[in-house]
Amino acid sequence: MRNWLISHAHVLLFTLRRFFTTPLSSVLNILVIGIALSLPAGMYLILKSVQSLAEQAVGTPQITIFLSMDASNDEVVNIGKQLKQHAGINQVKFVPRDQALEQLKQTTGLTDVIGGLAQNPLPDAYVIYPKISDAQALEALRDELQKWPKLEHVQLDSAWAHKLDAMLKFGLLAVLILAVLLSFALVAVTFNTIRLQILTQREEIEVSKLIGATNAFIRRPFLYFGLLQGLLGAGAAWLIITLTLYLLNNSLSELTHLYVSSFTLHLPSIGESFTLLFFSAYLGWLGAWLSVAQHLWKIEPR
Amino acid sequence: MIEFRQICKRYPGGYEALKNVSFEVAEGEMIFLTGHSGAGKSTLLKLIAAIERPSSGSIVVKGQNVSSIQSGALPYLRRNLGLIFQDHKILYDRSVFDNVMLPLRICGFDHRESAKRVRAALDKVGLLKREKNNPIGLSGGEQQRLCIARAIVNRPSILLADEPTGNLDADYASDIMGIFKSFHQVGVTLLISSHDESILRQFKGRVLALKNGELCP
Repeated sequence: MRNWLISHAHVLLFTLRRFFTTPLSSVLNILVIGIALSLPAGMYLILKSVQSLAEQAVGTPQITIFLSMDASNDEVVNIGKQLKQHAGINQVKFVPRDQALEQLKQTTGLTDVIGGLAQNPLPDAYVIYPKISDAQALEALRDELQKWPKLEHVQLDSAWAHKLDAMLKFGLLAVLILAVLLSFALVAVTFNTIRLQILTQREEIEVSKLIGATNAFIRRPFLYFGLLQGLLGAGAAWLIITLTLYLLNNSLSELTHLYVSSFTLHLPSIGESFTLLFFSAYLGWLGAWLSVAQHLWKIEPR
Repeated sequence: MIEFRQICKRYPGGYEALKNVSFEVAEGEMIFLTGHSGAGKSTLLKLIAAIERPSSGSIVVKGQNVSSIQSGALPYLRRNLGLIFQDHKILYDRSVFDNVMLPLRICGFDHRESAKRVRAALDKVGLLKREKNNPIGLSGGEQQRLCIARAIVNRPSILLADEPTGNLDADYASDIMGIFKSFHQVGVTLLISSHDESILRQFKGRVLALKNGELCP
């Protein structure tokens, strides 16, 4: 057991030394892997951030009901009572037309324009919070309310969020496909790197086999190399992603505080970071394994 | 120890290197394999180490059927054999010491114990003073002796030597034969191939003569 550990440590040291004997090609390989990984992983993180924004909106759906301009006060109160009694509705908030106009003045800064109006163009409105949150039930509720008398327009405020959500799912699928394709590229990069190493060490492999080396022994340094290259590549990808998202967040904060309260892109979580490292290490290992297996198969006695 | 039963070896293209070869080697025997180049000596030795597989027939080495051995069991068979190659197969990217170290590293030997064994093997072939050198600077005879040191460092029970005296002058050659003789004396089974019959005359031992792939009676 001790000898086994020592021989593994020996191989690990040997592998590290090999990285430093060809620094330029090692760095380039790591960069290629890093960039290939950072593309899908970074896009995934950005989509995730946007998705969580959409989910917030979807999670608290809201329907705005605009009443007809000719509805009398009694009718307005009556509609409010009916809404409160409706089984599908959680909470009802009344927005009188004067208050709505006041709000419009404050939030848009169009005081002069609005002041110049002869009469208030806004109708009374109810904002309701339904109990349900799935898109189809919300649409059914909207259609039902639409049929009530004296209602001018029923607007499902979260409709945009649902559309966005659907688009994001499509985007995530595209990212997944990209990730699969680039994974193949990553395996291919490692495969080739290891193939070149094998070529320079063909004699050592041949002699080792002749004097009783197992395939596992031959494979070991190459597998370590593939694994390490994958890990370092994932590290590079992590740095690229984190740095990019950090820079994007800086410019985003200027942009978003004009619109929404706060929207930031999430940096990779610890779990996601480890997944990235593990996945990349595995792909590197796989590429190395395939490369050595192919060579060993070629030199098998027949 | 080693048994050949009706071995044929045909190479792709139809060339028959060995035709119906059968013989037996007892434990501790020293066998000389003679014949012109192309008679099948190298092929015969390669079949014992399963470097090549026979086209038909079976080979038993230490009770194990080598001709049908699983590739997973192959390394453990070869660890019992000491192989001395015609073309030496020395690695020039490392020192003399590390060349001899390789078989022990492969077997996962304890490092300190290994170093002792490597020095003992180098001492036996008279290369102890050159352990730190790169083998590229060794003469032909020294390279051959390095190859022997690497083959015996594992303390194998069977030693296979393919033309160990091939390109050496007579002094070096009898030097090397002397080394082999000392292994024979401690009970190692040896198979030594050579086309140079003048060397064989100096030593006692059974001779297997190959001619065009067939064993001469």
